[in-house]
Amino acid sequence: MAGDALLQVEDLRTYFHTRGGVVRAVDGVSFDIRKGETLGIVGESGSGKSVACYSLLRLIPQPPGRFESGRAMFDGTDLLHCSDEELRKIRGNRLSMIFQDPMTSLNPYMRIGEQLIEPLLLHRDVSRDDAWQQGVAALRDVGIQDGEKRMRSYPHEFSGGMRQRVMIAMALITRPELLIADEPTTALDVTVQAQILELIRKMQCELGSAVIFITHDIGIVSSFCDRVLVMYAGRIIETAPTAQLFYEPKHPYNQALQRAIPALNAKGRDLYTIPGAPPDVSKPMRGCPFAPRCEYAQEKCVTSKIELWDVAPNHRSACLRVKLGEIDLTPAERPDTSAVEDPVRA
Amino acid sequence: MFRFIAGRLLQMIPVLLIIATLTFFMIRLAPGGPFDAEKSVSPEIRKSLEKYYRMVNPDGSPRSLWLQLGDYLGNLAKGDLGPSSKYSSRTVNELIGESFPVSAELALWSLLIALGFGLPAGITASLRPNTASDYIPSSLAMAGISVPNFVIGPLLVLVFALKLEWVRVSGWDDWIDRILPSITLGVLYAAYIARLTRGGMLEILSQDFIRTARAKGASQLRVVMKHALRGGLVPVVSYLGPAVAGLVTGSFVVESIFQVPGLGRYFVNAAFNRDYTMVLGAVLFYAALIVLFNLLVDLVLVWMDPKQKFA
Repeated sequence: MAGDALLQVEDLRTYFHTRGGVVRAVDGVSFDIRKGETLGIVGESGSGKSVACYSLLRLIPQPPGRFESGRAMFDGTDLLHCSDEELRKIRGNRLSMIFQDPMTSLNPYMRIGEQLIEPLLLHRDVSRDDAWQQGVAALRDVGIQDGEKRMRSYPHEFSGGMRQRVMIAMALITRPELLIADEPTTALDVTVQAQILELIRKMQCELGSAVIFITHDIGIVSSFCDRVLVMYAGRIIETAPTAQLFYEPKHPYNQALQRAIPALNAKGRDLYTIPGAPPDVSKPMRGCPFAPRCEYAQEKCVTSKIELWDVAPNHRSACLRVKLGEIDLTPAERPDTSAVEDPVRA
Repeated sequence: MFRFIAGRLLQMIPVLLIIATLTFFMIRLAPGGPFDAEKSVSPEIRKSLEKYYRMVNPDGSPRSLWLQLGDYLGNLAKGDLGPSSKYSSRTVNELIGESFPVSAELALWSLLIALGFGLPAGITASLRPNTASDYIPSSLAMAGISVPNFVIGPLLVLVFALKLEWVRVSGWDDWIDRILPSITLGVLYAAYIARLTRGGMLEILSQDFIRTARAKGASQLRVVMKHALRGGLVPVVSYLGPAVAGLVTGSFVVESIFQVPGLGRYFVNAAFNRDYTMVLGAVLFYAALIVLFNLLVDLVLVWMDPKQKFA
């Protein structure tokens, strides 16, 4: 499996050294992604999913950020430690990124066209006119008609959904092998969300790119991703193929997340919430980070060393008691999945 | 845009009218008059001078200030600032026409120095905040703001004119005479521009779209020049309006130190001499300049920020 891995991340640790202490935003994350695969990374706010992906392109401000350890091998190049020059040749070329907020991620002082074709001008040996024509075509591909005129507009003349389309066109204009999408639909209306997701899926099919999809919306993951990583407090606590992750949770946190999904047939009942709050990652932690909120937690969860163990084929979990076979989280019946239905079709 | 410019130019008229009236009464309120010099003039000459300037009626009785203001504003409408109250053979228009080009040249060199040092210093400081490459230009800028130019000027003279003898102490004949006055005048503005540039660039460089630019593979140079500079310089450009006005009008100290025959010196001397018309003329001229520069700055700001519209 490692043979055809496009990106291999090993033991990534990104810490922020602030006055208030060391914030362990990403604390020992390892994963890989194959060519053409769609990998979802889910977790609540502050779980480190965005920082982990920004780290891959070294978009973390340093200082205060620092890579304490780790490697991120992308086709033989360690993204974390290669030269700035090497990294620049990969950024926006073979590895592109779509950001969360399209309202602030486009430069308000530059015309759409200038920004859109910048990756081509930087990475391809094309004339300005050629690049401009490709830009118009790219806008058409993401559903923006009248491209010639739109190229000359400024971002503030576009709606949020249109801007995110521009961001997608810009990220894909160099046909990257890997696209990192950091909550690309969070800042958008629900109806627009569905369009944008459909667009990313369509473009992925056409280009064959691998996609890392960061989100806190489990619904999106279920319809969109081949495989999912669940992050908590800067660590991966469970990873499995999408269906398996939903139907056979192997970590109490994942199970609790499933129970917190509002279901249509549970109308009138109080929505389940996980008690407590995520741990403060600026304080050192022993054992399992979820233990203080976990209904199955025991003394040994805090005192033992926690790793990501293989608990089933293709399924890894960081729960000690699941690994020891002491608890079985698989629900007797399949959970109601109406709420995790494909949001595109829902 | 044409309407915007025309509207702003029309606004100048009431502004200048109010300034002219206020200044007229304020200078008349000041004790003494233009003919009260150390060497007092004879009563006969004084009488005839007062008649010449129409400060008294032909029969010698005092003329009301309102009538005198009316005379002045009437001439002003024709673009005539009147004869100097001190140098009765010269008009204020002549004096300004002679001395302003000198002040303008001094201001121009100072502005170039201010931008030439201020912008790179500010940009350098913003790239690595809270490191040596930030602290050094930032503290230099702080020093530039804190030390008044009547200290910097004589210090520069002491070192470069008296000790090293590279330049002359004062004068305004050769290009080399321009150096020390321009530096003395420009330091304060260079310091302000450095601080404003640093602040503006820091703000822009922390924006999401800068991260987007980096993610596209843009080099640091490209990120700064192409993506950040336009937005980062907005505070600097806003400041340039008052700054240019300050460079032109605030140069009288520097002009005095270096014996530069500019408008600033005439202005200060006119105030000491109660040269009524010269003070009024200089104030109105400066006011018109300030309004015009602010208009120019507003035009540039609209051009820089696509979201701005002429309103």
